[in-house]
Amino acid sequence: MSIKNSSLGETNLDVFAKTLMDLADHDRNILVTTSDSRGSGKITPFAEKFPEQIVEIGIAEQNLVGISAGLAAMGKKVFTVSPACFLTARALEQIKNDVAYSDHPVKVIGISAGVSYGALGTTHHSLHDFAALQAINNIDIVAPADNFETRKIIQLAVNHPRPIYIRFGKKAMPNLHDPSKKIEIGKAIQLTPKHKNYDLTFVAIGETVAEAFLASQKLDKEGIKVCCLSLHTLRPFDEAAIQEVVSNSLAVITVEEHSVNGGLGSRVASFLMQNDIFRPMLIVGIPDDHTVNGNQGEIFRHYGIDQQSLYLSALKLLHKGKRNDD
Amino acid sequence: MSLDLQFLSHQIEYKLERKSIEYRKSIIKLIYMSKAGHTGGSLSCVDILNVLYNQVMNITPNNVSAIDRDHYIHSKGHSVEALYAVLMDLGFFSEDKMSTFEKYNSPFIGHPTRNVPGIEQNTGALGHGLSFSVGMALAAKMDRRNNKIFTIMGDGELTEGSIWEASASAAHYHLDNLVAIIDRNNLQITGKTEKVMNMEPLHEKFLAYGYAVRHVDGNDIGELISIFREIPFESGKPNLVIAHTIKGKGISFMEDNVAWHHRVPTDSEFLTAMQELEQAELSLECQ
Ligand SMILES: Cc1ncc(C[n+]2csc(CCOP(=O)(O)OP(=O)(O)O)c2C)c(N)n1
Ligand SMILES: [Mg+2]
Repeated sequence: MSIKNSSLGETNLDVFAKTLMDLADHDRNILVTTSDSRGSGKITPFAEKFPEQIVEIGIAEQNLVGISAGLAAMGKKVFTVSPACFLTARALEQIKNDVAYSDHPVKVIGISAGVSYGALGTTHHSLHDFAALQAINNIDIVAPADNFETRKIIQLAVNHPRPIYIRFGKKAMPNLHDPSKKIEIGKAIQLTPKHKNYDLTFVAIGETVAEAFLASQKLDKEGIKVCCLSLHTLRPFDEAAIQEVVSNSLAVITVEEHSVNGGLGSRVASFLMQNDIFRPMLIVGIPDDHTVNGNQGEIFRHYGIDQQSLYLSALKLLHKGKRNDD
Repeated sequence: MSLDLQFLSHQIEYKLERKSIEYRKSIIKLIYMSKAGHTGGSLSCVDILNVLYNQVMNITPNNVSAIDRDHYIHSKGHSVEALYAVLMDLGFFSEDKMSTFEKYNSPFIGHPTRNVPGIEQNTGALGHGLSFSVGMALAAKMDRRNNKIFTIMGDGELTEGSIWEASASAAHYHLDNLVAIIDRNNLQITGKTEKVMNMEPLHEKFLAYGYAVRHVDGNDIGELISIFREIPFESGKPNLVIAHTIKGKGISFMEDNVAWHHRVPTDSEFLTAMQELEQAELSLECQ
């Protein structure tokens, strides 16, 4: 197994912007709303090609989300594009009340998510968005791993009947998938060959999937059977996939570019515990800490979210699991 | 003004104008070396910071714990390079610290944080500085202190609703110890502020909210010194200064050019920029 086409793709952000251009060509009801964020969202070409399909709100994220909900209520297919940090903190109440609670299917697009903004610091990081939105009813939560997932999910989002939050970063991502694959919102994708049993399962989301996948390949070379799941959708949560693979694994590691509190890891743990699936488990993400300063790669390494650390953590966890069995 | 005083104020202006050039060099060097930063907005507001820290506010590395000193909040946090340049000159930290800017594990990140000596509040998300400053000004009033609270906001930042909420509070509590300054450079990331979202007439809006409003050339040291001397502009009203500035001020090809919001100079642009600043220094000396 190797990364398909073993190629480095574009940034998910670029793929998002291009996909939206293609879609808008056929659907004049598609609107983009921005908060002085078209440059960061790579939406400038869109704005030039479809000047009638973009609404600029200025640096006013609360207003941005409120207006987007109103536009959606009138039948517009609104993609609200702004940095994930501001959208899901500053405008959280608008997301909760005007979008989710009132059930207007706005597509809330959080760009430069997680720690993509690196050394711009905590104001610009979104390590709380999964937690905040998971505690709010009626908004789906998606973080595509690579260009393929991004393209497909944006295509599916256009006519998605519910509010949806999609977040991604701005780093070029390796291609992880065979482009002929099917993808559904709410269905995890297994990146590694299927087996009956696994030594270890990685459940990862967003840009950490590539790191988990590379760690899986390394472990595979050492004869360790690994299942690597790209759980691009946190809600609806794919219970069936998690149940199936974790039940057949000795241990599980979750990986996310998010706080270890309230994100993917705690969601998986809560599901497993309540369904009597008890396995040695590690939740990898950003700990409850003043996030270290650095670029995204440095922050990943600092907190063990990079492939090498994941590889080592896997060995350690398996060793611990074995000892417990003795 | 007597001749002596006039001579003295010319001396002060000259000294600060030299400092502004030095600060601009620090800003350009910092952004060039670290390959990151907000160039245009740092260059537009640096003269204001210069006058505030060197002439108006009583904030020094030695009085940080004094309860009656002034306070400064950098609401347009992305222009942190300007603040670093001034704080470094005042001796809050040494120049070698700047080599860690935006590096792994450094406290000198791309926005102001309290991990850096001299910085009082973590900013970077726009539209927070004014509310925070209102809180500080209110506390100073409660304790009957005479210190003042200063904050600089961007003109694009003014679309954040929180600024208008804070403005209502500032007037309601008669905070004439609050000095809110708008870096009116007419640009934000996407383009001209009035094209992105028209906020004019700003003067009338601020007046209606209850501020005492003044205008100043925000890149003119002399004018800045004079305007801040008049604080409080009107007793019982918060002070608002619309500082008309040029984004990218001081480097010909960066001036009023939207591309320089957060562009990093290439090698040759860096050299040209530094040459222009050397030239400005020479012409200043010849005056
Ligand atoms: C809440 C929030 N939204 C968006 C941003 C991203 N951002 C950083 S600078 C900027 C433009 C600011 O323009 P302006 O206030 O005019 O500043 P200046 O021209 O002085 O650089 C934007 C949108 C932010 N930092 N905070
Ligand atoms: Mg501006």
